[in-house]
Amino acid sequence: MFDWYFFGLLMSNGILIGLMYSLIALGFVLVYKATDAINFAQGEFVMIAGFLVAVALGLYGAPLWLAVGVGLAAMIGFGFGLERVVLRPLIGRPVVAVIMATIGLSAVLRGFGPLVWGAETRPLPLPISDEPIVWGPLFVPPIQILGAVVSLLFLAAFGWFFLKSRKGIAMRAVADNQQVAMAMGINVERYFGLAWAMAGVVSALGGIVWGSLLGVDVHLALVGFKVFPVVILGGLDSIPGAILGGLIVGLVENVAAGYIDPHVGGGTKDFAPYLLMIIALMVRPYGIFGKPTIERV
Amino acid sequence: MLALNNIEVIYDGVILVLKGVSVTVREGGITTLLGANGAGKTTTLKAISGLLRSERGEVTKGSVEFSGERIDGRPPHEIVKRGIVQIFEGRRVFEHLTTEENLIAGAHIQTSRQRVQEGIERVYAYFPPLKERRTVQAGYLSGGEQQMLVIGRALMSHPRVMLLDEPSLGLAPMLVEEIFEIVQRLNREERLTVLLVEQNATLALAIADHGYVMENGRIVLDGTADALKENADIKEFYLGLTEVGARKSYRDVKHYKRRKRWLS
Repeated sequence: MFDWYFFGLLMSNGILIGLMYSLIALGFVLVYKATDAINFAQGEFVMIAGFLVAVALGLYGAPLWLAVGVGLAAMIGFGFGLERVVLRPLIGRPVVAVIMATIGLSAVLRGFGPLVWGAETRPLPLPISDEPIVWGPLFVPPIQILGAVVSLLFLAAFGWFFLKSRKGIAMRAVADNQQVAMAMGINVERYFGLAWAMAGVVSALGGIVWGSLLGVDVHLALVGFKVFPVVILGGLDSIPGAILGGLIVGLVENVAAGYIDPHVGGGTKDFAPYLLMIIALMVRPYGIFGKPTIERV
Repeated sequence: MLALNNIEVIYDGVILVLKGVSVTVREGGITTLLGANGAGKTTTLKAISGLLRSERGEVTKGSVEFSGERIDGRPPHEIVKRGIVQIFEGRRVFEHLTTEENLIAGAHIQTSRQRVQEGIERVYAYFPPLKERRTVQAGYLSGGEQQMLVIGRALMSHPRVMLLDEPSLGLAPMLVEEIFEIVQRLNREERLTVLLVEQNATLALAIADHGYVMENGRIVLDGTADALKENADIKEFYLGLTEVGARKSYRDVKHYKRRKRWLS
């Protein structure tokens, strides 16, 4: 007989993990939406943020609010600085130049984290219990609920920002056509900086929830790889797409792991989302919610 | 009010595009800049609006002055704030934004929300078709609506000078007339100064009060619109009129000589 409890457990877990993927994917989407740059260092952003918060908490014994504040502020500064130093000189260069720059950056950051803060896994304890909340047949760790709530909150906030606020509309205008945006008096470079800073904020939050879940070390950067199936499924520039893509990836991962792993001996979780991504690229290359026009760069 | 004094523009550090261009735009008037493709008309506009920099061009000699202050080399967002807005040729709307969002983006330099709202109402009053299409993605508007939208979007910054680049490009003649009428109304009712770049000399000279003719990065002719309309060269090369009864062979010789004089 079909085990509904088991299925429900996989689904709930998939949804919560999926929303946490959405949070990280959001950082990627924000940058792509505003600047057309593909950020291959998103996972490393999350790792660096995780390090910052974990070190502030563990090494300096800062209270949680301060550690989170430091993480957020540092990542905002990091976003602005990165745009100014690395990406601004690349404006008007081929897209490949930006891609290569972010790939290089990801390698640098992956080396930089352990170099400065050591290679051991640091805990990032949040003042919530480890005891799973039992809710009928389901039991879920509180950290996942926190992660999911934070994701939804920020996804909604950024969704509102882009749709309704004047700054958000200006940012979309910049993404649509940089030169025309300039002619409208929009300071394009400032919006680029803002987009990277927003990616920094989202990465800091991602670093906290993921770091708390997995512990902070260099492997935390690997969650960044999950960004690609998420954004390709959802659409590179779509916030609702990031939510939906995250949910799909979370669910597929868990269901695949739950039903296929016992037969093949594990590992399905790691490749199922990518398999889905490849299929999605064949069917709908611009994602579920992506802009349907083909970009002519 | 707006004056270009003998400016020279170089792209990429080597390509000389404008070779000493002087243009004066009178306050409250419509000035037109005529010329063939590649004459340097659009470059002239970009030299004013500061957008040259984004294409790796720069003003290397001469100066651009607006209300007595030099503005060459200033970033484009600052020039918009001073009251000069450029409208590109080819109806470059923000395709993925709705009509109304395009207008809001155009009002970026406005600080008060109320002024943005007033601006939107003003644009809808001048261009009623846009109001009906306010929630449509601009990429799906018709060509005429898009041309209206780019003019309306530029109005949102409440400019004193509008640099208008070939609004007639690719539009049906009737629509072109409509657009030109609105430009004329804006000039009269809002005291908007216009610098109009056109290839369609008949239309441009009909609404302008002063005109310049450009060729190969130089101004080769200038005068009041009425004087230009009567100029034999303009008649022949831009208005397509020929001297009735003249013998073709003579004209061909003269044609050649006149071209040569301009190009030297």
